[in-house]
Amino acid sequence: MKWSALPLLAARDLRRHLLRTVLTALGIMIGIGAVITMVGLGQGARAEVEEQVNRLGQNVVLVFPGAQQLGGVSIGAGSRNTLTVESAHAIRDEIPEVIAASPEVRSQRQIVYGNRNWHTRVYGQSHDYLQIRQWPLESGEMFTEEHVANGSLVAVIGRTIVQELFEGSDPIGETIRVRGVPLTVIGVLAEKGMSLMGSVQDDIVLVPYSTAFQRISGRSHAMAYNIQVYDERSMEVAQARITDLLRERHRLGPDQENDFTVQTQQEVAEAATETSRVMTFLLASIAAISLFVGGVGIMNVMLVSVSERTREIGLRLSVGARGRDVLSQFLVESVALCLIGGIGGILVGLFATEMIARSAGWPAHFSTDAMILAVSVSGAVGLFFGFYPAWKASRLDPIEALRRE
Amino acid sequence: MALIELTGITRSYRSGKLSVDALRGIDLEIDHGELVAVMGSSGSGKSTLMNIVGCLDRATKGRYRLAGEDVSAHSRDRLASIRNRILGFVFQDFHLLPRTSARENVQIPLLYTEEPLSWNAMGARAEAALESVGLGDRMDHTPAELSGGQQQRVAIARALVTRPSVLLADEPTGNLDTRTTVEVIDMLQALNRDGLTIVMVTHEPEIARAASRIVTLRDGLVRSDRQQEPVAADALFPDLDEEEEELLGEMSAAGGVA
Repeated sequence: MKWSALPLLAARDLRRHLLRTVLTALGIMIGIGAVITMVGLGQGARAEVEEQVNRLGQNVVLVFPGAQQLGGVSIGAGSRNTLTVESAHAIRDEIPEVIAASPEVRSQRQIVYGNRNWHTRVYGQSHDYLQIRQWPLESGEMFTEEHVANGSLVAVIGRTIVQELFEGSDPIGETIRVRGVPLTVIGVLAEKGMSLMGSVQDDIVLVPYSTAFQRISGRSHAMAYNIQVYDERSMEVAQARITDLLRERHRLGPDQENDFTVQTQQEVAEAATETSRVMTFLLASIAAISLFVGGVGIMNVMLVSVSERTREIGLRLSVGARGRDVLSQFLVESVALCLIGGIGGILVGLFATEMIARSAGWPAHFSTDAMILAVSVSGAVGLFFGFYPAWKASRLDPIEALRRE
Repeated sequence: MALIELTGITRSYRSGKLSVDALRGIDLEIDHGELVAVMGSSGSGKSTLMNIVGCLDRATKGRYRLAGEDVSAHSRDRLASIRNRILGFVFQDFHLLPRTSARENVQIPLLYTEEPLSWNAMGARAEAALESVGLGDRMDHTPAELSGGQQQRVAIARALVTRPSVLLADEPTGNLDTRTTVEVIDMLQALNRDGLTIVMVTHEPEIARAASRIVTLRDGLVRSDRQQEPVAADALFPDLDEEEEELLGEMSAAGGVA
């Protein structure tokens, strides 16, 4: 038959039932919208993770107290006090691949300057923490090995603290109070932005870990070790050696499990993207369900259409249309119906991606791949769900069909 | 060689355990240029015969040669192609697509030709067919905007647009009033004079008089088959004008409402 007539026939019949067309396409539109959003957010989140991994520092290994959970990690789930400062030193001194190790102790504290105060996180770290995290200073200096050894009352603060307590004026040399402990500000960290977990990394006060242990946190054990390895190829060896050393120092027998977790920054980052994975899964479910339901709607409407147009089909058959000509006519119509939904879905998806990305602080990624995917998926839905009605139309007996009222 | 050759055609329908024979052995030859009326009461098998001649149905037994080609065992697709190339259909209730212009209705068979035509060629052939039935000025009208007679003329144009060898008309005047019937029969006779073979099913003896040959069926068999001198369309209903005058007279007698 004349194939170029097929889109014209489809367009005419879809336009004739405009409201029905739009309502039927709605299901597909939601499904495709979800697909577009899913792909867009997935790509945005992945790009964000890559950037975060790089920002986390170079060749960093993290040690947490507590055993690794099956099938994943629970960051900061270490309730057991197993990480000592001595072990951090031992890791740095005894493992050749390790070039720096900083025991970490965190606490949430109110800090005071003059008549202003601010609730923030106070981190105890060693002097080489900034080197491990590849975190430059904006002004002033980092505290030294001597400060750490002496438990000096000094602090390095993030941009947020400068904004909130000092209203942007130069804080170097000023004194802030944490739990009544006076700390002299000696450095300001360069701005870093949001972390993987969504917190503002610049909202931070760094103090020597010795100061934190003695005066601020009230703890005796580290909550993590930040460890820097010599180069990327040594990461695995270093991980193994750290594990062995800690097992030895913790006096764990061969049948006992680790009471700590050793992870690379890559693994930590992957765990942190769990949120985006959950969202992707959710969107994929919405997409699958609405495409299925939408497809069933398409099938339903096409069955109605075939039954309404039985006489037309009979006429076409009697003037020489073959079964496959009628099949193609109805298939093209259902595919066209789905493509209308698909194009609407792309618009909905782009809008939703933009909105979600904005509120989650992710960069939104719009790819032509996703649009090609969306168009092919909607076309496939049209083919799949349109096939049965079209096949039914093509099998009609012309005599019966012409006689139908 | 005859255009249509039916030899020993039977057609049985099976309903449950019962087998009903609608046709019980039809032998019939129709030559080029004939205008044949097929008559018979309902249940005589004339519709079944038309369906088989029209390649819409296949005989249970027997042989059917159409234009020299044995089509008895053709597949659905090959029958569709024959319907498109060799046959043209006119139905009692027109079967025009609603809300579709006369031109587009007439174009439909051209969508299914073996060699696809260009859109221009299709348009030109549809227009020529509509002009040949005197509807050159109604091409963009939809069926709802046309009278019954005009609709049937559009249907005839649709049947002619593929330049068929045989026109099959199934009660073509069944839904028309007498005046329009005369118009349509006149058109069929004119087409026949130009060489088109026409097979027309009718149950009205007056209409059958317009044909050059009348085949009568009864109980699935040919009961009579005779040649005759066709009566011109406008002579089929000699009292048509009288009836009209009577009607007008009655109206004026009723008080000259007007």
